[in-house]
Amino acid sequence: MSTRPRHWLRLDSSVFWVLFGTIALIILSFWSLDLQLARVLSLESLARMGKFLGELLSPNLEPVFLSKLLRASLETLAMSAVGTLLATIFGLLLAVPASRSFTGDPARWRFLTRLLLNALRAIPELVWAALLLISAGLGPFAGTLALALHTTGVLGRLFAESIENSPQNAATALRVQGVGEGRVFLYATLPTVSPQLMSYALYRWENNIRAAAVLGVVGGGGLGQMLSFHMGLFQMQETSSILAAMILLVILVDTLSYFARRLLSR
Amino acid sequence: MRLIPMARFKDPALRDPAWTRRVFWFLVACVILWPSLVSTEFRPWVFFEAENLKVTTHFLAEFFPPATNLEFLELVAREAWRTVAIATAGTFLALLFAIPLTLLSTTVLSVSSLSGRMRALPFVVRQLIRWLLILLRSVPELIWALVFVRVVGLGPAAGVLAIALTYAGMLGKVYGEILESGEREPATALLRNGAGRIQTFFFSVLPGNATELTSYTIYRWECAIRASTVLGFVGAGGLGQQMDNSMRMFNGSEVATMLIVFILLVGLADLLSTWMRRALQ
Repeated sequence: MSTRPRHWLRLDSSVFWVLFGTIALIILSFWSLDLQLARVLSLESLARMGKFLGELLSPNLEPVFLSKLLRASLETLAMSAVGTLLATIFGLLLAVPASRSFTGDPARWRFLTRLLLNALRAIPELVWAALLLISAGLGPFAGTLALALHTTGVLGRLFAESIENSPQNAATALRVQGVGEGRVFLYATLPTVSPQLMSYALYRWENNIRAAAVLGVVGGGGLGQMLSFHMGLFQMQETSSILAAMILLVILVDTLSYFARRLLSR
Repeated sequence: MRLIPMARFKDPALRDPAWTRRVFWFLVACVILWPSLVSTEFRPWVFFEAENLKVTTHFLAEFFPPATNLEFLELVAREAWRTVAIATAGTFLALLFAIPLTLLSTTVLSVSSLSGRMRALPFVVRQLIRWLLILLRSVPELIWALVFVRVVGLGPAAGVLAIALTYAGMLGKVYGEILESGEREPATALLRNGAGRIQTFFFSVLPGNATELTSYTIYRWECAIRASTVLGFVGAGGLGQQMDNSMRMFNGSEVATMLIVFILLVGLADLLSTWMRRALQ
């Protein structure tokens, strides 16, 4: 038993410091937040939670409301689709200057474009939506643009990576013949990387459907806007139907993408 | 090969053979796109209406210079820490929920499936827990936060609980996948020789997968920081709540400062999580 490894408990081991830091961070977090967990987990608030959940069990199933719900769900889907499409277009446009397409390419705009892409990506969809509300007003348009802006950052970066890592054979063949950079991109690089770009875009679309359902909470249209409206008025039956619709939408998208992936990987 | 002059494209032999198909699919895409554009009220020209333009330019002009008075910076620093604290506390609670759920639902620790099929009762229990995990993570954290703000009131408690529940669902699912995709032979050997499930877990399953489990948990903590910045918009505390306040008052310079802090915070969490995961390798 003397050979049992104990090295991670030593002071100069990085694992020890990670562990120590994590525990300190957790204790500090709980201490500084003053969560009043006793109050949160008290009988009174548990009873309130129970009542809330009980009210959720009787959804509003009137056909008029359900048709409104269907329209909001379609709006959410449309928002995610248009947002992702715009992001794919702009992401591709920005990925070209953000990538060093061959060794010795000066790529003067690479740093600046990457900075822009990082900034677009670092700000979440919801914050973009809240910012855009100021200039585009309430409604699905602000939500769509918010999705498009954040996703442009994500996709632009992924696209630039795949352009830089793509096999260069076809592009070099055209380049040594003196073909211009624009046509090299259109006829060699783009066809080589397009399957990967498509799979990235589809993956982000899947994410964006989920995000679009939520965006409305700050006023960006779709299911979220309906939810925050009815919840604000304490209309629990409607709230319950909308929550159910959201969960169904998310599960549907997950299941479809799971089967699509299995089909593609076969 | 010499370059083909554009005029030669009129030669039918040199034309793109897929041309008609491409045009057809492009038109189909436009027909599908049209209702989507209508449904999303896609009207870019609203940006350029005189009224909106005035508000926007005024708001954007205030972005520079960002607010830097000491009092405000102190507030932002406090809220930024609270954002990190909400994420950390939420992830920790999620871990506490996820561990027992994973232990109950993983098939690696199933005794009855050692000899043929799993028995009915354990199978049903495992399936029920899986459905619970799916339900927990299907509701986005922002919606959980909305619900908890209603139940426990405004403040960080709602944010912590929202992250705890959503992330318990995600951690539980992925922990299960990690355990089941790892090597199963050591665990099976222990179970077959009469070791208890808890013993098997601590002496075979956990040591075999510890690095991967920790690394995923750290990654989720990083995601939780991103999420908790946003949760404030529904009143669950942290930087988001402060940003929401400043936006409502059209205070561009405060928003600018907070956006910068926001980007720095996310970048820092990213760096820290990468470093921690590398230290564990």
